Amino acid sequence: MNWRSTIRLAIRGVGSNRLRSALTILGILIGVASVVTLVAVGNGSSAAVKKQFEALGTNSIQVSPGGFGRFGPGGPGGGGGRGSGITMTMKDVAALQSSEWKDSIKAVIPIVNANSVTAEYSGSSATPGRTTGTTDEIWSAGNWKATKGRLFTNDDVTARAHVVVLGKTVVTNLFGDGTTTGAIDPLGEYIKLNGNSFQVIGVLESKGSNGFQDQDDVLFMPWTAMRDTVSGGSSLSQITVEATSEKETTTAQDITTTVLAQRNGKSPTATDLGFRVLNASSLIQSSTATSKTLTVLLAAVAAISLLVGGIGIMNIMLVTVTERTREIGIRKAVGAPKGAILGQFLSEAVVLGGIGGIVGVLVGLAGSHFKIAGVRPVVSVPSVVLALGVAVSISIFFGFYPANRAASMRPIDALRHE
Amino acid sequence: MSPPASLLAPAVGGALSAIEYVIELGAITKRYEMGEHVVHALRGVDLDIERGDFVAIMGASGSGKSTLMNIIGCLDVPTTGRFLLDGVNVAKLDEGQLAMARNRKIGFIFQSYNLIPRTSALENVELPMNYAGVKAKERRRRAFAALDMVGLGDRAGHLPSELSGGQQQRVAVARAIATNPALLLADEPTGNLDSVSTAEVLDVFTALNQTGRTVVLITHEDEVARRAKRIIRLRDGEIISDERRAAVR
Repeated sequence: MNWRSTIRLAIRGVGSNRLRSALTILGILIGVASVVTLVAVGNGSSAAVKKQFEALGTNSIQVSPGGFGRFGPGGPGGGGGRGSGITMTMKDVAALQSSEWKDSIKAVIPIVNANSVTAEYSGSSATPGRTTGTTDEIWSAGNWKATKGRLFTNDDVTARAHVVVLGKTVVTNLFGDGTTTGAIDPLGEYIKLNGNSFQVIGVLESKGSNGFQDQDDVLFMPWTAMRDTVSGGSSLSQITVEATSEKETTTAQDITTTVLAQRNGKSPTATDLGFRVLNASSLIQSSTATSKTLTVLLAAVAAISLLVGGIGIMNIMLVTVTERTREIGIRKAVGAPKGAILGQFLSEAVVLGGIGGIVGVLVGLAGSHFKIAGVRPVVSVPSVVLALGVAVSISIFFGFYPANRAASMRPIDALRHE
Repeated sequence: MSPPASLLAPAVGGALSAIEYVIELGAITKRYEMGEHVVHALRGVDLDIERGDFVAIMGASGSGKSTLMNIIGCLDVPTTGRFLLDGVNVAKLDEGQLAMARNRKIGFIFQSYNLIPRTSALENVELPMNYAGVKAKERRRRAFAALDMVGLGDRAGHLPSELSGGQQQRVAVARAIATNPALLLADEPTGNLDSVSTAEVLDVFTALNQTGRTVVLITHEDEVARRAKRIIRLRDGEIISDERRAAVR
């Protein structure tokens, strides 16, 4: 018996009871499809988290005021005067910009976030998710680029120029999305923010969603203009410190902590500093670890259904072997060696598992095209290969007992079976 | 797995013996233990069957004829006694070698045909050659030749369920002769057939015997047994008569 006729025989065996085989295949199919999809969901969510933190820049450190126990780098709206936090000002920025730290710190960027600022333009209005006043250093730190017009410069900051750079979502909300007629080129137009007039000088390249928020729903202006008009006061929502390299990030973080603690009369080792220092790479590390756990959990749940599918194969193969006892007897009587019978039934199990695996991968890949629980799944090739491999291994494992039972039958008993 | 040389090259009787035996049975006994109860199916059977003979083994049910057939067919092993198949001591063969002996030395024909369902006549005939490792082309050629021999060359593509009982049994005969075995072993081959089909199948046996094949046929019908050259009667596990009706050659 060569392998080709063995496979042909196995396919015929599987085809001889279509409904039963289909249900068995379904068991494996569901297992494989859920492994592929759930691992993709796990990957997708970890990619989204990673992307969000990477948007902060891997070399960057976020300092935000706030008491011990508060999480997050300020976020939209900032944490300016909330809680027991310190008040950060441009003096803090200046202290960190000291040339003393130039080996570790490349740039110190002040960030002023304003809450719920409504932008108006000839009848239409929009409230950007983030209205931020900052310096021109934000562009390289946050990896922002202009698709239209220009980004504001250091001169604009110094001149307190009333200029804004808009994210794509804000442009769409104020000026139309360009697909409908009457969409207006925003460049050079004036919009009103809290009654103050600002000229639009640039539109940012789209960053899309990071899975949690729309990164294009933003409005940037020089922090000087922001202070003069929208926010008032001199407190900063956040300070972003750019390290000279990823390696220097830890040193830069230590310097930042020490300097700010000293300026506020606290010990750098105090449990409650009144501000929080976070850097993107440590956030990425901890979030990656969390989402890895999530992925493993999801994969484990899926693997259990694959195991159940395997038990289904064993069940159906036991039935098949019993049903075909007489055939086994005939084959043995005409001289089938033990190995041939074993191979025949084992390959039937593998055909069931293999079809289930292949179709399961296809279903899983199709399912991964859809957004699941707000996460865009990212299919990992190893998980596909693994799921397929496990499907086949499981069918060999669970197919072996029934096949061996068939192969070990005494021909005389098998022939007498009714 | 290569077969032992003795299996491939059948022992020829030797220079001294002019008669060539396909089967040599010496003091064969078979006991079954069923709980406390012990059944003596065979109580010492001595029987030699010559190459080219046509032997009918007769007996009522329970006489041990099916047990004898199973032992001759290497489907069962005797409790005691000596059994040489084509000069090979079967007791010394392991499971794999027994499978090979069934494959190469014996062609089985069963009362209930025992064709594999949902499998064409041609593929049923090819089956033993599959296990013998015959190449696909050669397998097909020999299967067609065997089907022609039993007069079913035009039914090769039919499934067993599309054939009459007599035709199914002739397919089974074709399957038995396709590997060119030393011995055709038929267990009540006409038990399920009407008189016309019985005659057809028996004609095939006679024709095969005339071309030099050894046929051993188990039956309880006198008219079937009359076709044979030698009739052996069993009762209670022992041979009670051995009648030579025609010369072997």
